[in-house]
Amino acid sequence: MLQIVNVVLRRELILAMRRRGDVLTVLFFFVIVASLFPLGVGPDPKLLRLMGGGVVWVSALLAAMLSLGRLFASDYADGTLEQLILTPTPPVVWITGKILAHWLVSGVPLILVAPILGVQFGLSGEALLVLVVSLLLGTPVLSLIGAIGAALTLGLRGGGVLVSLLVLPLYIPVLIFGAGAVDGAMSGLGAEAHLSLLGSILILAFILTPWAVSAALRISIE
Amino acid sequence: MLEGRDLACVRGERTLFSHLNFALDAGELLLVQGANGSGKTSLLRMVCGFLTPEFGDILWRGEKIGKARESYHAEMTYFGHAPAVKEDLTATENLDFACRLAGIPVDSQAVKGALGHLGLGHCLHLPARSLSQGQRRRVALSRLLLTRARLWVLDEPLTALDQAALQLVQSLLGEHLQAGGMALMTTHQAVMIPGVEPRLLPLKA
Repeated sequence: MLQIVNVVLRRELILAMRRRGDVLTVLFFFVIVASLFPLGVGPDPKLLRLMGGGVVWVSALLAAMLSLGRLFASDYADGTLEQLILTPTPPVVWITGKILAHWLVSGVPLILVAPILGVQFGLSGEALLVLVVSLLLGTPVLSLIGAIGAALTLGLRGGGVLVSLLVLPLYIPVLIFGAGAVDGAMSGLGAEAHLSLLGSILILAFILTPWAVSAALRISIE
Repeated sequence: MLEGRDLACVRGERTLFSHLNFALDAGELLLVQGANGSGKTSLLRMVCGFLTPEFGDILWRGEKIGKARESYHAEMTYFGHAPAVKEDLTATENLDFACRLAGIPVDSQAVKGALGHLGLGHCLHLPARSLSQGQRRRVALSRLLLTRARLWVLDEPLTALDQAALQLVQSLLGEHLQAGGMALMTTHQAVMIPGVEPRLLPLKA
């Protein structure tokens, strides 16, 4: 089973390497959205420091949304999804592999860039560290939950908009605890509580969502 | 081994077929026949388990396919309208990944051999994007050479193929049936396989 996850992972990473544009689009979107906020609310350093964590988190949410289209749509269109479903391996296995690859390709770059954006907002060193850790725990959840939405909207017209309506409300807990962790670090209340809650959401999502995605794919393929 | 009992298919409001029975045993070829829109593809998708029949059951070795999922999927292969060929991967990578994902152990020699057999020897390392429609279908068909599936479910495998490839696919089918395999297939072309008398399964509402 690990072997199948491994093959799926390798395949997805090769495909992502050949379509680097898609990956970079999401990354630039993230940077641009986060950089728009200071232009909108004015350059007051105190205000920016206060909202920095939240802004980076909201931008990460939107960027994750943008990347969901890639998860199953092309496999659905060219018939690969049918072939995957017909493999003897339980669907949960390769679905986990695909989601993992999705996170590596679209989540990890966000985490790497986030500290730079944090510096833009004047976050302190400790807050930056908490921001990175919270994203490390939170972005996999975005990929996991997003996969359900992506699977449900396969083959629908206007699926891209629909997926945001489906998925964004489900992202709210991640946003609250992610941004809350950064806030906690800034105000001196500590981020541990928020981070442990994020961690438990991640574990729960990791166990449950592949099953939901498997059911959703079965509906979409009919 | 493969058996359909009293199957009915409803798409939207329309009943495509009902009370359909068929059985397929080792060495047999079953040709599904019917006009466009008569439910041929739907029947094949039912056999794959993508579609749930409105009524009736499909059995593999006497067990419902939903129950025997793992062993059934290990013994069958499906060739559908969409060839499952990734444009960004080369012909070799496409076949290699397809086999590995299906759990078939392959080495690069076998992959090259299979693609060469289908006349793709000169474009092994070209991305599938630059292959023609027919060549992409050949890449997909090369899977049939490497899979050890007993049941082939083929949806219009002969479209977009040239004369040489048509002959090749038919001879592949012949070898497969001779070796005790079986095939369920739709096509609008005449199928001529020496030594094999295809059975016909007409679809009517």
